[in-house]
Amino acid sequence: MKKVTLLAFVILMLLPMTIYAQDDVVELVMGSWRTEDIEQWEAMIALFEAENPNIKVIFEPTLNTEYNTQIQTLLSAGEGPDLITCRPFDTTLLWYQDLNGLADISDLPGLENFSDVALGAWSTDDGSATYCVPMATVIHGFIYNVEIFDELGLEEPRTESEFFAVLDAIQEAGITPLAISTKDAWTITTMGFNNLWPNFCDGENTRLAMLSGEAKHTDDCFVNTFESVQRWADYMPDGFQSIGYADTQQMFPLGLAAIYPAGSWEIPLFNSIADFEMGAFRPYQPDDRAPEDCWIDDHVDIAVGMNANTDHPEEARIFLEWLTTQEFAQAFFNNQPGFFPLGQHELEAPDDPLAAAFLSWRSECGSTIRLWDQRLRRDPENDGYAVTRDNMPLLMNGELTPQEIAQIAQDRMDSWYVPGE
Amino acid sequence: MAVQVDAKQGYSAENLVPTKSWGQRISAIIPHLILIPYSLLALFPLFIIIVNSLKDRRDLFRTPYIPPLWFSFEDGFHFVYIFSSSGYQQVFERANVLLYFGNSIVVTSAALFLILLTGSMISFALSEYSFWGSRFLALYMALGIMIPIRLGTVSLIGIVRFLGLYNSLPALILVYAASGLPIAVFVLTEYMRQVPMELKDAARVDGASEYRILFTLVMPVIRPALATVLVFNMLPIWNGLWFPLTLAPNEKVRTVTLGLSAFAGQYKTDWTALLAALTLAMIPVLILYGIFSRQFISGLTRGAVK
Amino acid sequence: MRTTKRAHWHHLLIFIGPAVLIYSVFLALPLVDSLRLSLYSRVDGEVVFVGLQNFDKLLNNPFFSERFWGALKHNFAWFVLFMAIQNPVGLLLAALVSSPKLKGAAFYRTVIFTPTTMSIVIIGWAWTLMLNPLWGIVNDILNFFRLGAIIPSRGWLGSEDTALIVVILVGIWQYIGLPFVLFLASLTAIDEELIEAARVDGATGWSIFWRIKFPLILPTAGIVAILTFVGNFSAFDNVYVMQGSTAGPDYGTDLLGVFFYRTAFGTLGSVPDLYMGTTIATVMFGIILTGVLLYFFGIQQRLIRD
Repeated sequence: MKKVTLLAFVILMLLPMTIYAQDDVVELVMGSWRTEDIEQWEAMIALFEAENPNIKVIFEPTLNTEYNTQIQTLLSAGEGPDLITCRPFDTTLLWYQDLNGLADISDLPGLENFSDVALGAWSTDDGSATYCVPMATVIHGFIYNVEIFDELGLEEPRTESEFFAVLDAIQEAGITPLAISTKDAWTITTMGFNNLWPNFCDGENTRLAMLSGEAKHTDDCFVNTFESVQRWADYMPDGFQSIGYADTQQMFPLGLAAIYPAGSWEIPLFNSIADFEMGAFRPYQPDDRAPEDCWIDDHVDIAVGMNANTDHPEEARIFLEWLTTQEFAQAFFNNQPGFFPLGQHELEAPDDPLAAAFLSWRSECGSTIRLWDQRLRRDPENDGYAVTRDNMPLLMNGELTPQEIAQIAQDRMDSWYVPGE
Repeated sequence: MAVQVDAKQGYSAENLVPTKSWGQRISAIIPHLILIPYSLLALFPLFIIIVNSLKDRRDLFRTPYIPPLWFSFEDGFHFVYIFSSSGYQQVFERANVLLYFGNSIVVTSAALFLILLTGSMISFALSEYSFWGSRFLALYMALGIMIPIRLGTVSLIGIVRFLGLYNSLPALILVYAASGLPIAVFVLTEYMRQVPMELKDAARVDGASEYRILFTLVMPVIRPALATVLVFNMLPIWNGLWFPLTLAPNEKVRTVTLGLSAFAGQYKTDWTALLAALTLAMIPVLILYGIFSRQFISGLTRGAVK
Repeated sequence: MRTTKRAHWHHLLIFIGPAVLIYSVFLALPLVDSLRLSLYSRVDGEVVFVGLQNFDKLLNNPFFSERFWGALKHNFAWFVLFMAIQNPVGLLLAALVSSPKLKGAAFYRTVIFTPTTMSIVIIGWAWTLMLNPLWGIVNDILNFFRLGAIIPSRGWLGSEDTALIVVILVGIWQYIGLPFVLFLASLTAIDEELIEAARVDGATGWSIFWRIKFPLILPTAGIVAILTFVGNFSAFDNVYVMQGSTAGPDYGTDLLGVFFYRTAFGTLGSVPDLYMGTTIATVMFGIILTGVLLYFFGIQQRLIRD
């Protein structure tokens, strides 16, 4: 009896192990937050696998709001996917420096194809180590339903008053003007505040001034930005406090709202759902600004690194090296209209009118990145972005004034940040 | 138990006045006035999920209350056909549904097997022998009843990693076995104490070993208690999200609950696929529960009376 | 019927060994180790012993203390609402279903327990979709019953006045099967002759329930209460699935379990701190232990004596 039981026990415990029987092909798992791009990534990975038949890459994305949590949990346990999609600046620096989760790839052949600005987002402060291969930027702006605009005889707005006049006209026609909400507070922070402040605050100049301590959240231009976003509340869907990011991502392409405050990364998803023509216009400017005096948020957004503890470092490096090539950059550009490659390759722009519109702004306006991402997110308790994100829903509810939220952001930053250090 | 109740009904029927008064009729209706609405409340969300998983995303928004095949009297009688299997196609193309079910079945059955086997063995020792430290041991095992093991997750990840079990089904099996043991020991010890001494001693006189007594004599006698333990642990293991999320998040070892919740997260923008995934996770449990609900609930209630 | 048989040491070892090993390694050790880790912290990449500093930080650093007290308050609300709604309604349903004269009792019993068999992932997603103003299922139904006036303008899950209550109500809707089954078990276990005797004495249904049945089910009520208490502190899934780990709006649905998860494993835009995480777990451990001891030495003994 005893032997039988023991045998049964052993067999039962070993049974699941047989699932992991290995064959000759090395499998690399790639973690990402780009759940919307599974098909596009599979297409790009197929190109790689055709050249490297002994390596199989499995694209395994996590919901964007849970991605950081999951990666951090896994990395601190010495686990995680072999290939890791990197967020820019401070977040990934933490994965590299504090969690020892990413491998140093400074010597990876092909990195010379990227500018210092691009590499800077995924290198240590002193530039001594790089840990992710830069991939793409995303650009903020507004995507709109051309059919609704035509029907109501509306033009793309350039200034703040033109923008709100358009919103009024749409609202009078009984259509929800703006597809944005606050249940996932990051959306209103990123597609609202970070979308607008560069035009209100002289873009990159002010961002650098803030890092050196000369500009503050409480300056008029930032307060005006908060105020402008706050005015959106009247034009957002009913009960926007209970509506999430994924909901607004469906509302707009299903034709249930006229304008989507966007990041260019939405383009592939919208193309796949919408059955109407879409257009894009630049972030609006304060009324007294000249048209050419404009800025856009051209955010270095996405890169890929490798897990420091991967079982297959050689294969992972082969994949990373492939990411630096012209071939990948062109494939990425073609497959992912809305992500704009960071490498210095000569590329053919994809045939996508929306992506072309976003890309054209680069030559028209100055470029900057999101306000807090570089250096201002290092204090976990007073992370500049998280502080503002947590308070944005209160601003939109009218429970905080623009002055108050600016003051909170500045006070929390002052509690730890030493300018110019 | 069911037999008893039937007997009672027969008894009271004989003593009833031949014609029911209005008051009696009304008071017989009142329970249904509460129970029927509550039953609707309990089932309606499941109905909405299943019905809408069979439509495409436009119809899901436009006509959420109409089944995929329905009829309408507007503009004369006609059938309304809005069936779409696009959600299910997405799920089966994009998620390893069968693998997830396989993993869940392995984890649940292996953990239950371990709980019943090792739980019976230790309970037998606790109820049968007196030995130094037995009271302490019983108390030690009982502590786990009240303290949720997930509070120790941070350390547990380290231990599981140290044993090389991270991202494996055995990790889940062993953790679920550990968390199920306290209740099992508590219930089984109670029952084993009631197995008559004479029965066991007679077997011993016949030369039966202690193992034989446990496995062929005691365990069959306390089958109802084993069933109770089984029923108590089955749902929490099958439905658990926390440990698969923290100990075995890898695609290959995902359980149904984690696999489909991860899928749902990835396809948050595609509600038909989301609803299809939820329905797929729901249906097997609903069918099994539908068939075994009587045994299931009586298993639970037996445990509760103890 | 306490047995006193002396055991051979090798019998004991084989009977006790496996269970103690699994239980110790995967439950007791992680819990104890978590308590230890709460005394450490990571400073400049090194793990160092910091004594009670983490606890000081939890209670006195505004960033942590605000969330801690907020979450504790919500846990308290969770417990109170479960006690005030789930358990009485569960008892009411059980009392109705246990009536021997009720037609369709088996059907009701099965239906009422159905949501309890489902994973919180399914339940949470289903209700989140139905409560979403974009789809508007719940709002349509309220409008149908002319209750549109109670719909909050910010939506159910986005309004600070309603989000916590709605998440709790969904939890109650799901878990009500447990108190229902426990009460049902103790009600059907009551000797029918007792009730028949009271009826002969002229007692009505209502007074029979309060005078005879209720005192007999008090111990069950005690068990239900302590299960509710412990369950409340391991509650994480409901909020995680419905509101995400930031427990919006403005941390209005935060519970200690979610706070623990967010702190220990980090969440969008914040750094994970395993050691502060274990500190929160330790405090929860303390609260649960206090509650359980109070129950065993205060309430349960009094209930049993009565």
